Amino acid sequence: MSAALQLDDVAIRFGGVQAVGGVSFSVEEGDFVGLIGPNGAGKTTLIKIIAGLLRPDKGRVQLSGVEVTADGTAARVRQGLALTHQIVRPFREMTVLDNVTLGAGYRHTSSPFRALMHLDRRRESERAAEIIAQVGLAGTERKLAGSLPLGQMKRLEVARALAVEPRVILLDEPLAGLNHTEASKQVEAIAAVHARGITVVLVEHNLEEVMRICRRLIVLNNGLVIGDGEPREVMADPVVHEAYIGGGMASHAEA
Amino acid sequence: MSAYEISIISIIGINVILAVSLNMISGFCGQISIGHGAFFGTGAYAAALTMVGTGSVPLAILAALVTGSLLGLAVGFASLRVRTDFLAVTTIGVNFLFVGFVRKQAWLGGEMGISGIPATGFGPVGNMTMILLFAAATIALSLYISRSWMGFAFRAVGEDEGTAATLGINAGAYKLAAFGIGTALAGLAGCLYTFFTQFIAADAFDFIFSVMLMAMVVIGGIGSTWGVAVAAVGLTLLPEAIRFVNDYRLLVFGGLLVLVIRLAPSGLAGLVQKAFLAVRRS
Repeated sequence: MSAALQLDDVAIRFGGVQAVGGVSFSVEEGDFVGLIGPNGAGKTTLIKIIAGLLRPDKGRVQLSGVEVTADGTAARVRQGLALTHQIVRPFREMTVLDNVTLGAGYRHTSSPFRALMHLDRRRESERAAEIIAQVGLAGTERKLAGSLPLGQMKRLEVARALAVEPRVILLDEPLAGLNHTEASKQVEAIAAVHARGITVVLVEHNLEEVMRICRRLIVLNNGLVIGDGEPREVMADPVVHEAYIGGGMASHAEA
Repeated sequence: MSAYEISIISIIGINVILAVSLNMISGFCGQISIGHGAFFGTGAYAAALTMVGTGSVPLAILAALVTGSLLGLAVGFASLRVRTDFLAVTTIGVNFLFVGFVRKQAWLGGEMGISGIPATGFGPVGNMTMILLFAAATIALSLYISRSWMGFAFRAVGEDEGTAATLGINAGAYKLAAFGIGTALAGLAGCLYTFFTQFIAADAFDFIFSVMLMAMVVIGGIGSTWGVAVAAVGLTLLPEAIRFVNDYRLLVFGGLLVLVIRLAPSGLAGLVQKAFLAVRRS
């Protein structure tokens, strides 16, 4: 069986800066991977490449064995990828229910013509309501998405991502900006996503939570993978430790 | 019914088609177009040439629909590259280009326009009825689209293309669809205008007319089919009913536009909804 997500020698350069310099890894179906690294390590760039917002200069991106390197975001979503933004971007002028219903009807919206041929939304709104309840947002269905507090908006992002029935979900800093209570609710929502058999790739600054919930860590630094494996082992690696804490004399070449 | 009444009703029907079709592009899908007059004109000229050449009404309608939407798709491709205010400026440019181009083309009658276009043979009342039927069909189509998944996806694309993409919605395809449908209907309106006047000249399709259409959309309530249709009727009748408005047409429309944007950004439709809610509450 092919990997849920596979990157082969992906590289991109912005002017004189090699933001990502030949990254390869594969994520197996059902895995729960944390992608971490210090600021400027190339995480955001890599996320954008996986999401289809940036084309790499070289290398390949595959989803369940299908090459999607040249595809845009929408095409990748149809290939089984779902993503949440670090900075929440719901449709603010739509209700919470409509935000999720639109995702649940992704089969109807694959082309404008197909969309024109479909009127009924009942089944999709029912499914959307279920998903909204699963992420703990029951009762907010009729509210405008733009009126929700940040913690709920972040869970709405997860709900929208779930609505497109993904095989792989890419979560970009789902805990950023949340207080302790909100963060633990969000972690519950994410754990529930994984429990449904969906492969999770998580980019997160909150190392404590990452160590707790991820089964595997991939550590980036200066656009390269410097660590990959079981979280505790990876974090015990002096190279990774040095990249995070900094200031030491150890060289990355030792990796 | 007097000839005057027939002509007013015909113009109202044409303006309803134009405003409702512009609302599909700018209201439903959020793509600001201030050059709708160019697509209207394209349809009118295509229909005029077809009528002069063949005298066939169905062929003229088909030619207007096709040419209107072809030019619309070309502008739609521009909308994939430029957004919001840049798109607005691009569509203004298209309108000026259209008028400038037509004025210099001998085969399109140049400054003099095309006159002596063969009649449809339906008579004034027949033409008026045809126009009203097409206007009703346009409103029905618009209501259908806004309720369908296409309208749902249009709203998403209009609000945030990036977020729409995360739900698997290809924003580009939807923007092209909005331009394709909206401008085909503008072409149809042009054809009906040609049937009605049997004489066309470039001035009827200029930028000022496009701004008036946008005023109908904004005053009616961006995105509301009924609001826009009502505004199209009202703003067509207003200059006829009040002499002063006719003399200062641009001033009055411009003033209304500013007032609506400042005081009631959701237009007539928004005001009616507010009043309805207030009545229900009391």
